Formats: sequence, C-alpha cells, structure tokens
Amino acid sequence: MFIQQLINGITVGGVYALIALGYTMVYGILELINFAHGEIYMLGAYLGIIILGFFTAVGLTSYSLPLALILTFVLSTIFCASYGFTIEKVAYKPLRNAPRLSPLISAIGVSIFLQNYVMLTQGATDKVFPHVLENEGFEINGIRVTYIQLFIIAASAVLMIFLHIFITRTRMGKAMRAVAQDKVMASLVGINIDTVISMTFVIGSGLAAVAGLMVAMYYGLVNYSIGYIAGIKAFTAAVLGGIGSIPGAMFGGILLGLVESLSAAYISSEYKDAYAFIILIIVLLIKPTGLFGKSHEEKV
Amino acid sequence: MYLLEVRDITKHFGGIRALEEVRFRVKEGSIMSIIGPNGAGKTTLFNCLTGITKTTKGNIFFLDTEITALKPHNIVRLGIARTFQNIRLFKEMSVIENVMVSQHCRTGSGLVASVLRNNVFKQEEKTIREKALEYLELSGIEDFAEVTAANLSYGSQKRLEIARVIATEPRLILLDEPTAGMNPQETLEMMGLIKNLQGLGKTIILIEHDMKVVMGISENIVVLDHGVKIAEGTPEDIRKNPLVIEAYLGKEH
Repeated sequence: MFIQQLINGITVGGVYALIALGYTMVYGILELINFAHGEIYMLGAYLGIIILGFFTAVGLTSYSLPLALILTFVLSTIFCASYGFTIEKVAYKPLRNAPRLSPLISAIGVSIFLQNYVMLTQGATDKVFPHVLENEGFEINGIRVTYIQLFIIAASAVLMIFLHIFITRTRMGKAMRAVAQDKVMASLVGINIDTVISMTFVIGSGLAAVAGLMVAMYYGLVNYSIGYIAGIKAFTAAVLGGIGSIPGAMFGGILLGLVESLSAAYISSEYKDAYAFIILIIVLLIKPTGLFGKSHEEKV
Repeated sequence: MYLLEVRDITKHFGGIRALEEVRFRVKEGSIMSIIGPNGAGKTTLFNCLTGITKTTKGNIFFLDTEITALKPHNIVRLGIARTFQNIRLFKEMSVIENVMVSQHCRTGSGLVASVLRNNVFKQEEKTIREKALEYLELSGIEDFAEVTAANLSYGSQKRLEIARVIATEPRLILLDEPTAGMNPQETLEMMGLIKNLQGLGKTIILIEHDMKVVMGISENIVVLDHGVKIAEGTPEDIRKNPLVIEAYLGKEH
C-alpha cells in the first residue's frame, strides 16, 4: 500500500514538477506569475487528442503506435511552445516597464481567454483521450505499475535532467541565469534579453505541453478547465521549492505529488485537492521563500 | 582618428536637465576622464552611451555609425563596454562563468549546436574557457576562477568587472569610478591595469573622483557641472581653469 502510493505520488509529482518549472523559470526572469501557464498545459492535452485523432484517422496509429505517439508529443510541444512565445509577445512584452500588477492582470486575462476559447471550439463537456495504451502494466508483490506511469516517471526525469544540463552548461542557459540575476547588466555584456525571455517561455510551455499530454493519457479525460487546478497546484509546488529556483520546482513538484497521494490514502481522499493548499498556506506562513529559495534584499 | 563623437546630447528626466547639449570627441587609443561634482550627469552620460537611457536630443557616433537609438546588446557588439560605480556582477555564478557569459556576443554557433553539443560547439566552448582564463589572468584574478562571484573581496570584484568588460572585446571601455573605495595601494594597481588596457589598444573613458588618478593617467578631461560641459582640456589646463575651481569649491566671496 505504502509503496503503491509512493509510485502514484511520484507519477503525479513528476507532472507537477514539469509545470512548476515553467512558473519558476518565468518568475526567475520576469518576476511575473504567469497565470496563463496552466492553460498551456490544458492546450497540450487537447492538442494531443486532436493530433492523435488525426493520426488514427489516417491510419498511422495502426501502422506504428510508438511513431504516432512520438509525433503527437513533438507536434503538441511545438504548438504549445509557439502559444507560449506568442502570449509573451502579445500580452507581457508591451507591459514590461509597466507596474508589476499590470502583467499579472494581463496573465489572468490570457488565462480566461484561452479557457473560453477552448470551451467554445471544443465544447464544455469532457473529452476522452483515445485509449491507445489501455491500462496495461505489471505487478510485483501486489504493487501495480502501469506502463503509462512508468513512462511519465521516466519522461519527467529525462526532461528535468536535460533542463538541468541546458541551464548549467550551455551558453543560452548561462545567458538565462545572467538575465535572471541582472537584466541591465546582461544586456551590457551583449545578451539579447528579448531572445532569452522568448526562449524561457518556449521551454516552459514545451514542458507544460508534455505534462498535459501525459496526464491526458493517464486519466483518460480532458476538459477546458483542467489547466486551472493543475496550474494552481504546480504554482504551489514552485512556491514550496522556492519560486525562481529550478531545483526547487523539481523537488517541490515531487514532494507535492507524494503528499497528495499519501494523505489521500492515509487521511482521506475527499480532501485530495485541499492538501496542496494547506501546504501552500503553511509554507507561506513558516518559510515564504520556500525550501530552496533565498531571501534577497530589495535592489536600491 | 576619432573613435567616439558625442554631438550635443541632451537628456531631461521630466523637469530635471541631466545633460544639456554636451559635445566632445574621443581619440582612438586615448584615456579620457569625465569629472564633475555629484549630480553633474556623468553616469547619465555613460547610460546614454551604452543605450540604457535614450537621449532626449542629440546624436552619438561610434566609428561613423550612429548608435543613439541602438539597444544595449547591439552597442556592446559594436565595441563599447562599461563597468558600474556600484559593482554589478552575476553574483550567483562563478568567476569564470561571469567572463564566459560576456563572450556571448562574440561567439558563433547557436542554440541547436549547444543542445546537440556537437564537435564545433565543444571546440568553441573550449576556446571560450581558455580565453576567459586569459582575461582573468590579465585582471590578476585567475586564481579565483571557480569561486562564486559574491564571495570575492571588494577589490577582486572590481577586477572581475574589468575582466568581464575585456571579454566583450570592446574598442572603447567606460569605467565608472574604478578606484572608488580602494586603498592607495589598490588604486595604484588599478591605474596600472587601466594603463595596460590602453597598451592593448583600447580607448578608455573614466568617471573618477580621485584627482591623483585623473591627473595621472588621462590625456584629456571633460568637466561637467549640472549637465553642462564647463571645460575640456589637458590635466594642466583643467587644473588652472577658474570655472572648474568654482564648480568644485564654490565662488569666492
């Protein structure tokens, strides 16, 4: 029972972590809570259904399922990355020098717009994700692991390792860290800030798209409002780990997933969604900077 | 040959006139100082030259290219780099990373290569690292390459700022109070470093309050007061100029 819940928790936690990364990266660079980020995750799930549906119709799924799935992931990620890119250009960039509340309100506006856009075009009812993998899996000592769970855990881990290497080793990663620490100075050593900000949105949105698709495969159901609750939980994960900190978001996401699934099993599953917010409140009261966050002085 | 030409630039912040029709030219390979009492507009001038602040009026030419409206990262690419009065390092990065990231504007292979980590990219990374070490050596802080920037001593942080400036491969270097807060020994070393930069063919403009430094190394001095250029000339001329004495000490009654 305990190990079973641990596996369930890590599965969900991996997804939270992927979404939380998008929040934390954007916050690190723009000090903006991108409330539209959850909607990108939702779009990722919908795009998955649409693209996979198309592949089924043209017969690619029956020809080669892995190929169809890989293509679905790639295309959905590309679409969502371009959504993220466009949202930044349209809704945040014009407000870069505005008071901090303005882009925040703009973000909420984008979120509401995207939810309604999907509701109008795709309908308000739940959509079923094509049962491509069914619920196949294996059992060891009474612990059941489905292939989808295994896939989610592996994919999350691989993506996070890639991101870590990208941020610490590559030139663009260094530029991102430089911009996060001091935008003006970064521009004065020749870094194009606009490119770095766009890149941040593209990467964050890509990760959210993968998360959305995996959840759609895991639960099998999607509707236009799933981005809201997932977004808020991932935001909690980011705050828990220390917003702005990339390892913090990874750790916070997994921790949140574990707490949720363990408390649902051992305390009560009726309050499953409430645990995340109890944690949020506790973190904000006791350590507002989060587990990995640093308190930083105001710039004078 | 003139490297930089500032033509009547004016900068107003609301009702405050930070710069009023300031004009001067800088010869390639020379060291020039900008002096003036606090609030004279010296740092604003640097901000205009590097594109952080847009001028209200006037034009700036760098090697016959007008840079007045360019963005900071493009101006760096053309070859103007600067330091700040209050040190601005990427504090959470290591010393060598600070220098490596500053070579960003001079390196070729793009994002795709850096993700694929192919041979061209690896070779380039290696070159960047070697060059960074060279720049650190030039500034005398090569021993601290892997230290986090925030943990450096004050003097070393100032040196790191200069290493980072050199890393952008500039032709013109703007130094905002390079010796502020330094003891006489450190000041002397800094003057030596600035002279070395000149020896490498760099042109230097400095804002400085320490008159020993100003008189000791500059070939030309521009004096600003309340945003207006009140004098320009060699250290000898400036020392004797009654307007300058008045700006610093007030009128005799």
